[in-house]
Amino acid sequence: MQYFNTDSLSILMLGALAVVLVPVLIHSLIYFRDFKATAKRTSVYFAALAVLTAALAFGYTANHIVLTWVFTEITTLAAGVLIYHHRDALALEAVWKYIFVCAISVTLIFVGILFWSLALIHCGSSDLSYANLTLHQQQMNPLWLKLGYIFIFAGFTAKMGLFPMFTAGIDAKDNAPSPVSAMLSAPLVNLGFTGIYRSYAVLALSPDGSWARVMMVATALLTLFIATTYMVKIRNYKRMLAYSSIEHSALVILGICFGKAGIMAALLHLLMHSLVKSGLFLQMPQLAKTYGTKMMDSMGGYLKLNPTGALTLLLGLFSITAIPPSGMFITELKIFIAMLASGHWYVMVLCALFLTVLIWAICKSIISVIFLPMAEEDELKAPKIKVSPAENICILILFIGAIYLGYFCPGYINELISDASGLIF
Amino acid sequence: MKEILLVLFIFSIVLTAMVNRLRTYVKLLAFQGLVLFALSFIELDEITPANLAWISIETLLFKSVAVPWFLFHLINRNKITREAEPFLPHFASLIITVLIIAASYALTTLINDLNADRISFVTALSTLFFGLYFICSRRKILSHLIGYIIIENAVFILTLSIGNEMPLLVNLGVLLDIFASVLLMGFFAGKIGDVFKTDDISSITSLRD
Repeated sequence: MQYFNTDSLSILMLGALAVVLVPVLIHSLIYFRDFKATAKRTSVYFAALAVLTAALAFGYTANHIVLTWVFTEITTLAAGVLIYHHRDALALEAVWKYIFVCAISVTLIFVGILFWSLALIHCGSSDLSYANLTLHQQQMNPLWLKLGYIFIFAGFTAKMGLFPMFTAGIDAKDNAPSPVSAMLSAPLVNLGFTGIYRSYAVLALSPDGSWARVMMVATALLTLFIATTYMVKIRNYKRMLAYSSIEHSALVILGICFGKAGIMAALLHLLMHSLVKSGLFLQMPQLAKTYGTKMMDSMGGYLKLNPTGALTLLLGLFSITAIPPSGMFITELKIFIAMLASGHWYVMVLCALFLTVLIWAICKSIISVIFLPMAEEDELKAPKIKVSPAENICILILFIGAIYLGYFCPGYINELISDASGLIF
Repeated sequence: MKEILLVLFIFSIVLTAMVNRLRTYVKLLAFQGLVLFALSFIELDEITPANLAWISIETLLFKSVAVPWFLFHLINRNKITREAEPFLPHFASLIITVLIIAASYALTTLINDLNADRISFVTALSTLFFGLYFICSRRKILSHLIGYIIIENAVFILTLSIGNEMPLLVNLGVLLDIFASVLLMGFFAGKIGDVFKTDDISSITSLRD
C-alpha cells in the first residue's frame, strides 16, 4: 500500500463521497422503481456505479501522480457506461463526446506528468510521488515545471468542469440518469479538484507559484463568464445545474489562489457544493414524474402539484445561490474577504458582477417553476404522477447538512480542512 | 539506427496526412507499432525474458495486432472504406503537417538544457500536435479514434525519450487504461454507426443549449 495514504484532504473527499453515495443509491432504487429497466441494464448500472465509486476512492487517496492519473481514466470509463444507461441516440451522442474529450484531456495530463518527470531527472530523482515532487520544487527547471502544470491543469479541467474542457461534462450530466448526474457533479468534481490541488501544491511555494495563480485566476474568471452567459438563456433544468457546477468550481479555484484563509473557505465550499448539487439533481426525477420534461418553460405551479418537493426545491435554490441561510454564503463571503485582504479587489468586483447575474438567472427560472401557473397546453401534456413526500427526506438531509456545515462546522472538520490547507501553506 | 527508426515514424505520420482510405490508416498504425517495438528494443538496458515480454505485449501485441484487428473489425461492420471529404484538401493537410514538424523542431532548439534525447523529443511533439490536428480536420468518427491512438503513440515516444522508469505496477495501470479506453471508444463508435446510420461527426449535433 505504498502508493496510497489517507491524508486530511483524502479523508474530507472520502467523507463527501460517502455522504453523497447513500442518497444516490437510495434514489437509484427509486429511479428503477419508477422508470423500469431490464435486469441486464440494472445490473450493468450498479456494477458501473461500484467501479466508479472505487476508482474515486482510490483516486482521492493516491499519493503518486501517475496513480491519480490511472484512476481518473477509470472514472471516465465507468461514467461512460453509466451515461449510456438510456441506450438512445442522445445518450450515445453524450457518451461519445464525454469519453472522447475526457480521453484527450487525460492524455494531456500524462504529457504534463512526463514534463515533470523530465524536470525531476535533472535533479537526480525519479520518484513521481507528490511528496518527492514537492521536495524538489525549488530545484526543478522552471520551464518544465510550468509547462507540465499547464498540461496537468488543462487535463483535470475536464473532470472539475472549468474552461476549456467543461463541455463534455455538461452534455453528460444532461443525459445521464439523475442519480448519475449527482455523482458526476459532486464526487467526480472533487476528484478533478484533488488532482489540481495536489499538483498545485507541488509548485505553489516555488518561484513559479505566483505565475500559476495568475493562470488559475484567469481561467476561473473566464469560466465564471461562460457560466453566466449560458445561464441567462438556459431552459433545461439539468443543464442549468451543470452550468451552476462549473460556476462553483471556478469559485473554488479562485479561493485556493488567495492565501490560507481562501484555501480553507474553498475546501469547505467544495464540500457543501457536493451536498447541495447532488440534492438538486436528485430532485429531478420528481419534476420528471410531475411534468414529463426537463424544460422549465413547460413547468409551473409546482407548489400545488407537489408541495413538499416544491419547498425542498426552494431550500435548494437558496442553498445553491448562496442566499442566507445557505452555508455557501459564509464561504463565498470568506473567499471575497481573502481576495480583498490580498489587495485583489478587481477580481472580487468581477466575481460579484457575474454572481449577481447568475443568481438572478437561476432564481428567475426556479421561482417561475414553483409559483407561476402552467401554460394550458402544458397542463394537458403533464403526466402529474403523485409523488410521495418521503422521496424528499434524503434531499432535505443533504441541504440541511450543508447549512449545518456552513454555520456550525464541527471542530474535527475544521481541523481536517486546516490540515489539508497545510499541503500548500 | 534509432534516428532511422524515428525518421520512419515521421514518414508514417506524413503518409497518414496524405492518404484517405481508413484501411490505410489502420495499416500505418500497425506499422507505427512495429517501429515502436524496435525503438523500445534498442532502448533496453539488458535483455531479460521479463522486459522483452513486457515491451512485446506493449507494442507488438497491443499496438500492431490487437488495436488494428479491432479497427478492421469496426470498418467491416460499418462498411466504410474511405475518408470522404475531410475539411481540408490533402495538399493543405500535407503542408500543415510539415509546418507542425518544423515548428516542433524550432521549439525544441529553443530549449537549451533539454535533458531528453532531442530527435525523439521532436518526433513525439510533432506526432502529438499532428494527432490533435488530425482529429480536428477529419469528419469520420473512426478517424477521430485513430487520431487518439496516434496521440497515444506520441506519448509512448515521449516516455521513451525521457527514460524515467516507472514502477511496473504503475506502468501496467497505464497500459490497461489506454487499452480499455480504445475498446470502449471503439464500441461506442460502432454503436453510432448503427444508431445514426452515419459515421460523420457533423451530423451528431443534437445536444446544445
